[in-house]
Amino acid sequence: MLDAKIPAGKLDEKWTKYKGTVKLVNPANKRKLEIIVVGTGLAGSSAAASLGEMGYKVKAFCFQDSPRRAHSIAAQGGINAAKNYQNDGDSVYRLFYDTIKGGDYRAREGNVHRLAEVSTSIIDQCVAQGVPFAREYGGLLSNRSFGGTQVQRTFYAAGQTGQQLLIGAYQALERQVALGTVEMHARHEMVELVIIDGKARGIIARNLVTGELERHFAHAVLLCTGGYGNVFYLSTNAMGSNVTAAWKAHKKGAYFANPCFTQIHPTCIPVSGDHQSKLTLMSESLRNDGRIWVPAKQGDNRPANEIPEEERDYYLERRYPAFGNLVPRDVASRAAKERCDAGFGVGSSKQAVYLDYAAAIQRYGKAEVSKKNLGNVSAEVITNLGKDVVKEKYGNLFAMYEKITGENPYEVPMRIYPAVHYTMGGLWVDYELKTTIDGLYALGEANFSEHGANRLGASALMQGLADGYFVIPYTLGNYLADDIRTTSIPTDHPAFVEAEQKAFDRINKLMSIQGKQTVESFHKRLGKIIWDKCGMARSAEGLKQAIEEVRALKAEFWSDVRIPGEINAMNQELDKAGRVADFIELGELMCIDALERNESCGGHFREEYQTPEGEALRDDEGHMYVSAWEHQESHWNLHKEPLNYEVVKPSQRSYK
Amino acid sequence: MQHYSMNLKLKVWRQKNSNDNGHFENYDVNNISSEMSFLEMIDVLNERLISEGSDSIAFDHDCREGICGMCSMVINGQPHGPWKGTTTCQLHMRAFKDGDQITIEPFRANAFPVVKDLMVNRSAFDRIIQSGGYVSVNTGNAVDGNSLPIEKQHADDAFYAAACIGCGACVAACKNASAMLFVSAKVSHLALLPQGEPERKQRVVSMVAQMDKEGFGSCTNTYACEAECPKEISVLNIARLNREYLNANLSGN
Repeated sequence: MLDAKIPAGKLDEKWTKYKGTVKLVNPANKRKLEIIVVGTGLAGSSAAASLGEMGYKVKAFCFQDSPRRAHSIAAQGGINAAKNYQNDGDSVYRLFYDTIKGGDYRAREGNVHRLAEVSTSIIDQCVAQGVPFAREYGGLLSNRSFGGTQVQRTFYAAGQTGQQLLIGAYQALERQVALGTVEMHARHEMVELVIIDGKARGIIARNLVTGELERHFAHAVLLCTGGYGNVFYLSTNAMGSNVTAAWKAHKKGAYFANPCFTQIHPTCIPVSGDHQSKLTLMSESLRNDGRIWVPAKQGDNRPANEIPEEERDYYLERRYPAFGNLVPRDVASRAAKERCDAGFGVGSSKQAVYLDYAAAIQRYGKAEVSKKNLGNVSAEVITNLGKDVVKEKYGNLFAMYEKITGENPYEVPMRIYPAVHYTMGGLWVDYELKTTIDGLYALGEANFSEHGANRLGASALMQGLADGYFVIPYTLGNYLADDIRTTSIPTDHPAFVEAEQKAFDRINKLMSIQGKQTVESFHKRLGKIIWDKCGMARSAEGLKQAIEEVRALKAEFWSDVRIPGEINAMNQELDKAGRVADFIELGELMCIDALERNESCGGHFREEYQTPEGEALRDDEGHMYVSAWEHQESHWNLHKEPLNYEVVKPSQRSYK
Repeated sequence: MQHYSMNLKLKVWRQKNSNDNGHFENYDVNNISSEMSFLEMIDVLNERLISEGSDSIAFDHDCREGICGMCSMVINGQPHGPWKGTTTCQLHMRAFKDGDQITIEPFRANAFPVVKDLMVNRSAFDRIIQSGGYVSVNTGNAVDGNSLPIEKQHADDAFYAAACIGCGACVAACKNASAMLFVSAKVSHLALLPQGEPERKQRVVSMVAQMDKEGFGSCTNTYACEAECPKEISVLNIARLNREYLNANLSGN
């Protein structure tokens, strides 16, 4: 039976009580305890820096050439915190409630409340580090709104919030490197987990420059390795983002939870052709001011600016008057798909909708005229003033759109379409962020916990930093306090030898296939299967087909992949091959999970289960649980962790 | 936007590892769509090389949306290629026309040794940050985020400096391989904010010392760094660094 170890007591007292009674490690002992942190995004950098500051001996690993490159850096829109600086009715409870509801009631109350509680400390910490958040003229912090909420609680730094937060955490990390508490290993990839007497005791890492396998011991291992969105091949994730570390842990006994809960982000730049290697997100913050529409007539091929107002269908405002363009991501994505499938799509592919800034430019322009007391001015002046305001708020996003598409979004509406962006599923963890393997922890997007079946915008940065700065420093001590007598285990221990041999054998096997097809071509085919059958809409029939197709693809991969180059040298194709092999196995589990979950909730939409209006139809009686999958040699066993709602009463999500 | 297809002649730097001398190889690539990104064009070439049984061209890249700073390359003599304010990953093939010859090299600087092909080692930048590019504040030490108002102009200027992605194009563009734009952006970011004040003098002195130790050259004010910076970081930051450095030294730090 899975025990989430949620502390007893009232919801808003659980975390305080936990912190007050948790076991501690004294400073002299901390110096003797070693911790491995894999991944240096927001969760990994913040954890490594904080644990180093506390006096632990930390080793951090990343596959990029510097910890500052981790994909958290690409997050655009912002980070939520229940500060209520805007005096608009926000509170810890509201943030908790919005997150639980946004996640379609598939997250734990205890975890989410803790997240909302620590959210405010994150902002304070980042400001103290020198993160240059956007400010008002009075010098105080500025906020904006995001999807799924009716308050302004999102802190931001133009469209580069992830970058600024990560640089803050990276600088804190580098400070610890300078102080000698953190040892940094860039261009390294974890390829095996080492378990001794049932406890995670280290990793095997591949030096990506020399190809060498290295053994690293630790008293505890933290996986902060991000999400698995690249299973779809095309996603907004970075090219190197992968599931390998988490998957190795899974195959050694860590349960994988809710793998089918994936987020399709509504506002991305549409696919332009077969050459496409990745997709680019346009921040959700654009939905603050932009209006989404399609032509009211099917197959209307006129340029956007020639379609008069009354022949446009602002379908989100029509269907969801209360939240309008700011409905949660899953709802907005499905609505776009529905319009395109019905023949109202725009652009050459017809797989796109418009995101229009014309109204916002006029509104801001007029506000500027009145603010500057300019009196009667021409329409052109108003438009130019409005464009300036939009440029200040979203300039970098507009520039990025223009670079990719060659179109000027200040003049013509942007074309957008949903794309894979985030994965709510991940390694199962308890309240302490510990997986089902003792001593192995998962933080940030790599775990499954706080977002349920759908993540709200600006909550990923919040969770990554909450886990790293404010949760793991407490919960890890509770485990390590019992481990202070364990001295460093030499890496010639048989468990290290065996794990290294396993990694070595796998690499050799991959290199020896010498087939005809490239790694990339397999990855593309996997992505197409998963996108078509386990993407925005899923059906039992499609999922069964997908499982067969993925199994066949796996067999073909292991008999016909071609990897050039050498083992004991830098070999980017080999790096990719290992990752794609793991994605193929995960792809099968995603489909199995989606097939097992006979309901629709959040980002998981089963065509068989929908309301008459086409909204997700949950089955709380039968499916109010976390699916935690245990890996076996030839299949997976399902363990269910029931979700108990003591404070919030689950209901049909309504954004109308 | 009119899309077109093109055939190109590439001249690409190949170097097995840091000990190898390296050389240029010529490749013809055909039927490249103007809609592709520059790196997607190289993907196409790499797929072909692998099918033909040769080693693919190694290059650094990750986010492919211009923010992680991992991609590099000097394209026809320009770090990150011909478009202003654009990283290599955001450069698109409509910047070129049918029949063009394109020369692709790694960033060249003593402080950035080549790892393989187009990939260089930029860990010197991490060590410069380690020497002082931070605010010494442990987790949990912070006061309320709004307890200290910051003039909007200062906050904005700090942000523009902090927008540096640490790619190293400034070094590659400079005839002296100077890292002044990178270092000055970090010094400015933190010097402009009250949180950076307590360590302000020590920071600039330590970071400049580390920069020199890494073997970056001197700044002779040609502004090539600013011209090639994909994030258009201003050389005014270098002026600010010089003031900060002078001030720190005059006060005996």
